[in-house]
Amino acid sequence: MIDWQLIADNRELLVEGMLYSLKLTGTAMLGGIVIGCLLALARLSSFKPLSLFAAFYVNLFRSVPLVLVIFWFYFLIPYFGFQIGPDKSVFITFTLFEAAYYSEIIRAGIQSISRGQVSAAYALGLTYPQTMRYILLPQAFRNMLPVLLTQTVVLFQDTSLVTIIGIKDFMGSNVVVASNNSAMTEMYTFAALAYFCVCFPVSLMLKRLHKRIAVIR
Amino acid sequence: MNTDASPMIRFVNVNKWYGRDHHVLKNINLEVRQGEVVVVCGPSGSGKSTLIRTINQLEPINNGEIWVDGIRANDPRTNINKLREEVGFVFQHFNLYPHLSVLDNITLAPIQVKKIPKDLAERTAMELLERVGLANKKDAYPANLSGGQQQRVAIARGLAMNPQVMLFDEPTSALDPEMIGEVLAVMKQLAESGMTMMVVTHEMGFAREVADRVVFLDQGVILEDAKPEQFFTDPQTDRAKQFLRQILAPMHQ
Repeated sequence: MIDWQLIADNRELLVEGMLYSLKLTGTAMLGGIVIGCLLALARLSSFKPLSLFAAFYVNLFRSVPLVLVIFWFYFLIPYFGFQIGPDKSVFITFTLFEAAYYSEIIRAGIQSISRGQVSAAYALGLTYPQTMRYILLPQAFRNMLPVLLTQTVVLFQDTSLVTIIGIKDFMGSNVVVASNNSAMTEMYTFAALAYFCVCFPVSLMLKRLHKRIAVIR
Repeated sequence: MNTDASPMIRFVNVNKWYGRDHHVLKNINLEVRQGEVVVVCGPSGSGKSTLIRTINQLEPINNGEIWVDGIRANDPRTNINKLREEVGFVFQHFNLYPHLSVLDNITLAPIQVKKIPKDLAERTAMELLERVGLANKKDAYPANLSGGQQQRVAIARGLAMNPQVMLFDEPTSALDPEMIGEVLAVMKQLAESGMTMMVVTHEMGFAREVADRVVFLDQGVILEDAKPEQFFTDPQTDRAKQFLRQILAPMHQ
């Protein structure tokens, strides 16, 4: 099923591909959480235009297939006079796309903290930003950490979609090796196994983390 | 104590509605002088918690004026955070920060809001913990404390801002009976130190022993405002008489 010799011969390409996938995942995760956090705060804001904008953003991205968003950025942005190339294009796409999903998780996390915590902070004279920074967000992030990381596992798998615009991420490098050597079955089986070996142990760890956090609470 | 001085807390014709129909505070006029301890009681739903939460504007009001230490609390130009520094608040459900240790719960606001240096804030916090009898719990987390201990930490947290007034919103209602005494003892000691206090509570023993005045609220109206001995022995309204019967002898009605 798997041709280990072929994989050994192409190990540099495959390792580089895996590093690209991890880098894309990490960047989209960090950027997505930062932007997602701002979106969540905007959505919970009592200032209507802000919360409407955040709701529109989140609903838009959650209603469009990721493939389409990748295409949209890659093919349409140059029309507006921005030559950013495929790499920058997918880093921006994934960050903006994931921000929509992270923001919903963060919003739920913030809403899970009791109103009494906010009242207690306000009663002591803390401002809104101080209340968010010292009271709400630390508790919310601890509660939602497992869910945020689970979303990141999904994100890691989704990064394989960038192959369709010719990027050599891990999936893309497998495609290259497969077609150059007419070894579709071998390479795609290997790719599936590799994704599984990364994602499954992480999922298991997250399950345990979830249980531990539930106990502390 | 100079009783002629301007009151520490003053309500002038205060009205509040929840939504359009629920008139929860009706034309409230009330003064609390410096050093006074005022107990607010009344049946559930009478608006007493709302009343106390309007003082530091945790609940906004629709019209009227609330003055705290000569500053109008419900004026949009008032820096409400500045005013809240002067008003300690103790909640029914303690509302300690579960992710912070006891010491950090107490020092957070002094350090972040008052910009007091950390070592000084911690020294003050330790003195307060000694006062409420919990110095040995400084590194514990709220989840590992009993309800009574949590409420005593919450009182220390309020005092750490060195407030002019302390407000208590049913501070013992969520406690097991055997823990009520330890919290009331701390509050009594605080009253004796001259702190201005407004306390929403059903602990009539505390009212009788510690309060300077008892305010009885029913359906958003102040029906009685009297010295404790007068309130308990000679209430003026039928509603207050009924309330006292229910609360003092719930088995015999």
